[in-house]
Amino acid sequence: MNWAWTNLDLIWDRTIDHLILSVPPIILSFVIALPLGWLANRYRLSRGVILTASGLLYAIPSFPMFIVLPALVGTTLRSPLNLVIALTIYGVALMVRVVADGLASVDVDVQRSAVAVGFSTWTNFWQVELPLAGPVLLAGLRVVAVSTVSLATVGAVIGAQSLGSLFTDGFQRGIQAEIIAGIVATVLLALLLDGALVAAGRIALPWTRLRKTSKVETAT
Amino acid sequence: MIEFRSVSKQFPDGTLAVDDFSLTIPSHRTTVLVGSSGSGKTTLLRMINRMVDPTSGAIEIDDVDIASLEPVKLRRSIGYVMQNSGLLPHRKVVDNVATVPLLRGVPRKTARADALALLDTVGLDRALADRYPSQLSGGQQQRVGVARGLAVNPNILLMDEPFGAVDPIVRAELQQELIRLQTELGKTVVFVTHDVDEAFLLGDQVVILQEGGRIAQIGSPADILANPANDFVASFVGADRGKRALHVERSDGRDVLVDSDGRLAGVLVGDAVPGQARVTP
Ligand SMILES: Nc1ncnc2c1ncn2[C@@H]1O[C@H](COP(=O)(O)OP(=O)(O)OP(=O)(O)O)[C@@H](O)[C@H]1O
Ligand SMILES: [Mg+2]
Repeated sequence: MNWAWTNLDLIWDRTIDHLILSVPPIILSFVIALPLGWLANRYRLSRGVILTASGLLYAIPSFPMFIVLPALVGTTLRSPLNLVIALTIYGVALMVRVVADGLASVDVDVQRSAVAVGFSTWTNFWQVELPLAGPVLLAGLRVVAVSTVSLATVGAVIGAQSLGSLFTDGFQRGIQAEIIAGIVATVLLALLLDGALVAAGRIALPWTRLRKTSKVETAT
Repeated sequence: MIEFRSVSKQFPDGTLAVDDFSLTIPSHRTTVLVGSSGSGKTTLLRMINRMVDPTSGAIEIDDVDIASLEPVKLRRSIGYVMQNSGLLPHRKVVDNVATVPLLRGVPRKTARADALALLDTVGLDRALADRYPSQLSGGQQQRVGVARGLAVNPNILLMDEPFGAVDPIVRAELQQELIRLQTELGKTVVFVTHDVDEAFLLGDQVVILQEGGRIAQIGSPADILANPANDFVASFVGADRGKRALHVERSDGRDVLVDSDGRLAGVLVGDAVPGQARVTP
């Protein structure tokens, strides 16, 4: 543990690097998955195409992806941007299905009545469908957040500094404490982001934590 | 005034839900569409706010063909109340009531203040304003639904079996409340039900529908009860049996009314002059 104490600065720096690599893909994958998931949920034809395509994205092995990506998007081979893009692709692959399922889970009667009182397609999406799909979206986002944080460690291999650099460095120099510090910090960071999402959900989706029993105490 | 002119609706799967339907719905009165399940009541109602567009024929509101109106805008100007309230589960009661005014761009503060006042109008305690719909009883939810329907002060209020899912006692309460509201507000109410008693209680004009939206009879409750147009109507409204088929029997020197099952329905007070008889239950 001495290693960790004397290298707190380093661990902190790598943690920040790791956050910079993993938070944008989490946000981006959510934002990109929204319209795709909406389309998938909206039309039968687009559902098949979009869900199959996004499923296939997830099947791309990560190392070939890192080699092919720079050629495709014109980044240099060791740019951290490659990692951000790759993580976003994996996040989107997971999130599209989640968004489609979340939107499909919204009560048809509620949507129909929203349309009947004058919600347009646009306002209905933002004010009714999206919030009501919230619990499903949140569950999906938590999976994406944790898996992105863990996947971001591979950045070390392709030259993007992250908590993964602590493992690679620890291996090369035979410092076991550094490897352990990297693992522990990665897990803690994943837990932290997960906790932040849960907290955000509690604030954004207050109606989901009602006591359903209160029906008993009220009468007309 | 709402005018149906030879309206038909055939759904894509071939179902002819409404076949050549014509009707004039007078303003400031309650018109009740009553008929058994599948007779096209909901379809007719949903055509008024363009949730469903007719395959042929036209619907006019105050002489304007609604096909020429923008559906979203039209819907925001018409109150709509449905069974199971259709409230937004993620919004508090007060925000549910304020929903449509907010969509129409009324400032949040004004909309919420108006919504609170509407809770009074429909007989709900303001203390419920910050609850979510799932924290209310079925009857309270329906009241919120009515308040939401009234929130933009619409001329037209469409109600699709609004009291169909609450118990009989609460239903009777809600019906009385609607009668009170309607005397105060004088909206053009189009009310759908399959309960004949409810239709007769609430309707100034009652439209009895058979399948395909075919009109069996239109009239005031008294007209229909006194002169059922045919056997279907007579049997649908129960004029030929039960508590609606009363006859006079003499007992202890007074006239009492007895229903077709032999149960005492009331006593005749005053003279048994046609048109002046009153039944006291
Ligand atoms: N979207 C639709 N697609 C196909 N058929 C439909 C659709 N909506 C309604 N129908 C059919 O049209 C007919 C009339 O339906 P509608 O819902 O208007 O009846 P209703 O009188 O409201 O019945 P209920 O009392 O059960 O509510 C029924 O045969 C129904 O199955
Ligand atoms: Mg119906």
